[in-house]
Amino acid sequence: MTSVAARARTKELLKHEHHSPSPAKRRSRRRNLVGALLFLSPWILGFLIFTFWPIVYSAYLSLTDYDVINDPNFVGLDNYATMMDDPKIALALSNTFIYTLLKVPAYMVLSLGLALLLDHAGRASGFFRTVFFLPKMTPPVAVGVMFLLLFNGQSGLVNAGLETIGINGPSWTTDPNWVKPGLVLMSLWTVGASVIILLAALRNVPQDLYESARIDGANFWQQTRHVTIPLISPTIFFLVIVNTIGALQSFDEAYTAFFGSGNTTYSNDAALFYVIYLFQQAFQFLHMGYASALAWLLFLVIMVITGIQFVVSRRLVHYEGEAK
Amino acid sequence: MTTAAGLTGVHRPVADVAATAELAPRRPRRGLAKRVFVAVLLVLFGVLFLYPFVWLVSASFKPRTEVFDNAIIPNTFTFDNYINVWQEAPLALWLVNTAVVTVLAAVTVTISSAMVAWGFSYFRFRGRNLLFGLVLATMMLPGAVTMIPTFLIWNGLGATGTLVPLWAGNLFGSAFYIFLLRQFFLGLPRDLFDAARIDGASNWTIFSRIAVPLCKPILVITLLFEAEAAWTDLMRGLIYLRDSATFTVPRGLKALVDQYGFGGEWHWEILVTASVITTVPIIILFFLGQKHFVSGVATTGLKG
Repeated sequence: MTSVAARARTKELLKHEHHSPSPAKRRSRRRNLVGALLFLSPWILGFLIFTFWPIVYSAYLSLTDYDVINDPNFVGLDNYATMMDDPKIALALSNTFIYTLLKVPAYMVLSLGLALLLDHAGRASGFFRTVFFLPKMTPPVAVGVMFLLLFNGQSGLVNAGLETIGINGPSWTTDPNWVKPGLVLMSLWTVGASVIILLAALRNVPQDLYESARIDGANFWQQTRHVTIPLISPTIFFLVIVNTIGALQSFDEAYTAFFGSGNTTYSNDAALFYVIYLFQQAFQFLHMGYASALAWLLFLVIMVITGIQFVVSRRLVHYEGEAK
Repeated sequence: MTTAAGLTGVHRPVADVAATAELAPRRPRRGLAKRVFVAVLLVLFGVLFLYPFVWLVSASFKPRTEVFDNAIIPNTFTFDNYINVWQEAPLALWLVNTAVVTVLAAVTVTISSAMVAWGFSYFRFRGRNLLFGLVLATMMLPGAVTMIPTFLIWNGLGATGTLVPLWAGNLFGSAFYIFLLRQFFLGLPRDLFDAARIDGASNWTIFSRIAVPLCKPILVITLLFEAEAAWTDLMRGLIYLRDSATFTVPRGLKALVDQYGFGGEWHWEILVTASVITTVPIIILFFLGQKHFVSGVATTGLKG
C-alpha cells in the first residue's frame, strides 16, 4: 500500500542522511543522544542499582553464609549442597507444583467459560464484567482472611452450601489433603483479569467467521472448538504463561492464612509454598545466603517450565498471518 | 487467515442458503433459549462472585457469636466491631500510611516511566533496541532474586522501618509501564513533534506539553494500576516494617490475623471488620476508575 512506498522513501532519505553527516547534523545527533540519555537516566540508574547489582550480589550471596549482622562468609557451593538434602525444599516444591497444576487449568477453563458467557451477554455484558472483575481488586491479604472464614470446616459458608446439596464438606483449612484444593478454589474468585483479557480477544474474532461456520452447520461447541479457540489461542497461551509464573510464586494468600508469628494450630506444611519458605529463610531465620541460593533455584525452575510451555505451544498456538 | 479461507472457501449452493433462510422463524425461539441459558449462568456466577463480599460486609455487623451464622441480614445488628477494631489497632494511622505510600508510588512510577518510555520512543540512537530489550528482560526476573540485595540496600541506607522502601523504587520507572507507555507514544503522529521542534521547543517542552497531554488515558491507567498494587502490597510491608505505627493496612491486617486468628483467642469479628476496611478504599478506587481499569486490562493484557 501507500505506506510501504512512503516508508521506502523515508528509508532512502535516512540513508542519505547517514552517508553525509554535516558538522551541524553531527552536533544535532549528539544533542539527540544527550536528550535521550536524560530521559532514560531514571531507568538506567534504577537498573544498575536495583536490578544489575542485586543480580550480581545475589549470585555472590548464594555462595556465602550471611546473617546481615556479620560479614558474608564464603562457603563455595555449600548452600546448593545443603539444598539437595533439605526435605523442606522437596515439600515446598511439590506443594507449589501441585498448586500450580491444579490452579492454572481450573483458572483457564473458568476464565474462558466466563469470557464466552460475557461475549454472548449482549447489553448485560458491561455489568457482569464489573462483577467478575471486582474480586480481583480485593487485597490478597483480605483474600487470605476470607479463605479462613469461608472455607472453615465447621462453620464456613462453603461447607454450609455443600451441605444443602447433601455433601459433607472437608476441613479445607486443616486437612493437609484439602488445603491446596481449597486455596485453588479461593483463587478462582480472583479470575477477573484473565476473563477480561480473553473477552477482548473474543471481540477481535471477525464475526464473518462465525457466520460462515454457522452456514457450514457448525453448532456452538464446534464453533468454539474450531473457530474461537484457535483464533484466541495466542491470548490463551499468554495467560497460561503469566498465570503459571504467578502461581509458582504464590505467597500472599497462603502466608496470610497459614504462617506468621504465634501460629501453631494449623497444618501449615501443606501450604508451605516455595516463596513462603524462601521468605522464612531470608527474613525470619536470616539465612540470607541460603535464601539467595533458593531464589536462583526458583529462577531456574521458572525458566525451565516457561521454556517447556513455549516448546509445547508451537504445536498448539495458532498465529494469524499478522501476529501481534 | 487460513481458518477464514478454509471456511469461506466452501461455496454453498444457493438452495442451501435459501433453506437456512426458511428456518428463520425458528431463530427467535432458539435465540430465546440461548439467551435464557446465558442469563441463568451469568446470574449464577454473578451471585457466586458477589456473595463473598455480601457475606463479609454482613458479618462485620454481627456480634462475635453470630459471625459464622451465614445469615445475609444480621440477626443482631451492631456497630461494635467497627468501634472495637479502631481501638484494637491504630487503623487510622495504617490508612494514612497506606494512602501516603499509594500516592507516592503511583505518582512517581507514572512520571518516571513516562519519561523513560518517551526516551525510548522519541529519540533514535544506536543501541536503542538492545537497551529496550534489556528493559523487557527485567520483567522475566522473579522478584525473589533481587529481593534480598534490595533489602540490604535499604537497610544500609537506614530506611528499614520507614515507608520509603515501599515506594522509592518507583522513582526509577517500572519495566511493565515503560513498555505500556512506549507503545502508546509510538502511536502518536511524529509530525506534531517535528513541528514543535521547528518552532524551537525543547525536548522537555515537547514531552511535557505535547506528548503527555495526548497520553492522558494511558497515564490514568498507569496511575490506577500502580495505586492498586501499592494499596494491596503485603510482601514489602512484611520485609520492611516492624513497628505497628508504621504499618500499612495489608501489613496491619496480617498482624491482626496473627494476633486474633492464631494467637489463641479467636476474634473473627475483628478480622472480618478489618478486612472490610482494607478492601473498601480499593473498591471505591475501582468504581471511580472502572472504565480505565477494564479497558486497561483488556488492552494491556495485565497479569492474570
